[in-house]
Amino acid sequence: MKRRTSLASAALAATLGTGAFAQDTTKACFVYVGPIGDGGWTYQHHQGALAVQEAYGDKVEIAWQESVPEGADAERVLTQMAISGCDIIFTTSFGYMDATNAVAAKFPDIKFEHATGYKREHPNVSTYNARFYEGRAVVGHIAGKMTQTNKIGYIASFPIPEVVMGINSYYHHAKAANPDVELVVTWAYTWFDPAKEADAARAMLDQGVDVITAHTDSTAPLAEIAKEDGKAWGFGQASDMAAFMTNDDGTPGPRVASIIDEWSPYYVKRVGALMDGTYEQIDSWAGMPEGEVVIGEMNDAIPAEVQAEAHAMIDAITAGEYHPFTGPMNKQDGSAWLAEGETASDGELLGMTFYIEGITGEVPN
Amino acid sequence: MDIGSINPILLVASIMVSATPILLAAIGEMVVEKSGVLNLGVEGMMITGAVVAFAVAVNSGSPLLGFVAGALAASTVSLSFGVLTQYLLSNQVATGLGLTLVGLGLSSLVGKPYEGVKAPSLPRLDIPVLSDLPVVGRMLFSHDIMVYLSLALVVAVWAFLKYTRAGLILRAVGESHDSAHALGYKVVRVRLLAILFGGACAGLGGAYLSLVRVPQWTEGVTAGAGWIALAIVVFASWRAGRVAVGAYLFGGITVLQLNLQAAGAQVPVALLSASPYLITILVLVIISARGMHGAPASLGRAFHASN
Repeated sequence: MKRRTSLASAALAATLGTGAFAQDTTKACFVYVGPIGDGGWTYQHHQGALAVQEAYGDKVEIAWQESVPEGADAERVLTQMAISGCDIIFTTSFGYMDATNAVAAKFPDIKFEHATGYKREHPNVSTYNARFYEGRAVVGHIAGKMTQTNKIGYIASFPIPEVVMGINSYYHHAKAANPDVELVVTWAYTWFDPAKEADAARAMLDQGVDVITAHTDSTAPLAEIAKEDGKAWGFGQASDMAAFMTNDDGTPGPRVASIIDEWSPYYVKRVGALMDGTYEQIDSWAGMPEGEVVIGEMNDAIPAEVQAEAHAMIDAITAGEYHPFTGPMNKQDGSAWLAEGETASDGELLGMTFYIEGITGEVPN
Repeated sequence: MDIGSINPILLVASIMVSATPILLAAIGEMVVEKSGVLNLGVEGMMITGAVVAFAVAVNSGSPLLGFVAGALAASTVSLSFGVLTQYLLSNQVATGLGLTLVGLGLSSLVGKPYEGVKAPSLPRLDIPVLSDLPVVGRMLFSHDIMVYLSLALVVAVWAFLKYTRAGLILRAVGESHDSAHALGYKVVRVRLLAILFGGACAGLGGAYLSLVRVPQWTEGVTAGAGWIALAIVVFASWRAGRVAVGAYLFGGITVLQLNLQAAGAQVPVALLSASPYLITILVLVIISARGMHGAPASLGRAFHASN
């Protein structure tokens, strides 16, 4: 009995301790779908987490867990984080959507932020995303200009609107740059499997595709493209992937440019809002104007005039003068979608499950 | 659909490269299981091999040295499994799973400085005369040395188990460790050697992933290849030749389905993606229906001379 009492008082002391501690520090927690070392998606989220620490120093404590599978495990991890004193939890993959909402219902005092999803079932759940299709538009233009075989490739992960939107934006701008261009899409059905991503790149290269962009998280496709000795090109995805920008002999490497996800501004803003009491539930979808989508440095494999065109497009999107989904655009079956000068609404983009005219193949169910 | 755009020569060549890591890991695991030990740590040993091989190859500039180091490192971690299960009689399933976790954690620790670094790659070994042959030259005889080594290893394991005295002893230990012990064979020693061999093979498979197939180091680079290797051993009903068939079938379907997709085949993509797993399940069903699964009788059972 005595022992139990001492245990109980120890537990009480521990709780009080964390309670007092929580008043002066805010704990921001992050759930990652892959390892931080993927060099892509998760790496960039972690950079954002570190930026939060950098911005607020001692006032904030960060914690994270890597390689959390989407599904039941995610719910367990989220619950664990909620119990361990996190004040705000960022869940950084689409597949955490239901788990985030389920756990948020049980912990109404903790803020949940779900990346790339659309469900906000409770007042403490916000969603955030970045307009990656803006980046896809720029690399699509570069791809259309650079291909020699007129075949460009896209390694797709899962058939969700986010990916379909990227495919359409990439193709639309490649086609505008080069009317003869043909798009090859392969579905890897994974976010992270370096060997399979390399296989997908290899399959396309063997069939004459010479510019590839990936919607998966590792640098493996670039390593595979590098084996073509300067006859094929690719783009950094999610992160800069600068290691592939220049070959060892100084010639331009397979990564000609990159789409960088810059989460830092958002994370710093949200944690800051939580600390100064201005935090509100939101649905954030920012892009190049807010600095959340950035095109990495272009290497010299891209001709100077194409670089200039790409920069002009980046400037136009950043200034809000150009929307990558501007009509006229038709759906794959030829039916009209956007009239001349009309731009797609956010709702249409976030629910996009169809290809635009000119893309062959079907979006898998 | 434009099947014509698939080049069969390049397809076969890419299947061979794709299948080699799981073939190496599976043939090693088969020998381990033949001796009556179930080592579920293949994934952990593979990734240990992958990271150590990568680190050594980058620092020394020699991919071959990398392969040797990868094999040694993986057999070293497999030794811990051997000591735990053979001398301390720990549960093989739990210890094997532990080995996988240790390997994954250890590799991400060791690999941190090597992220985004490029490794020296293994030169393609063009076999004289044969590689100049039309079609088959590029298809079969223009690979790097590890592809041939993996196939040679399959033949060697097959001949070892079938024709040598030592192979017979290993099988005897796996079928009935009590009888083998009664006959005076050193059960624990035989098993330990098999575990070390299995570790070395898994290490080579991992090294092939990080040095040739992917070629780079990223955390979790094996992404489940070790588990596929384990499944292939069962699929092959513990026969060396069938391990090769299984590995090539698995690698083959993965590559083929990606090629079909790229060629625009009108087949549901989800079905194509699931096809390697579906075929594995189908073959397993057929094998069990025939009732001849061929598992070594002492598989997974702990042995102590006092029993």
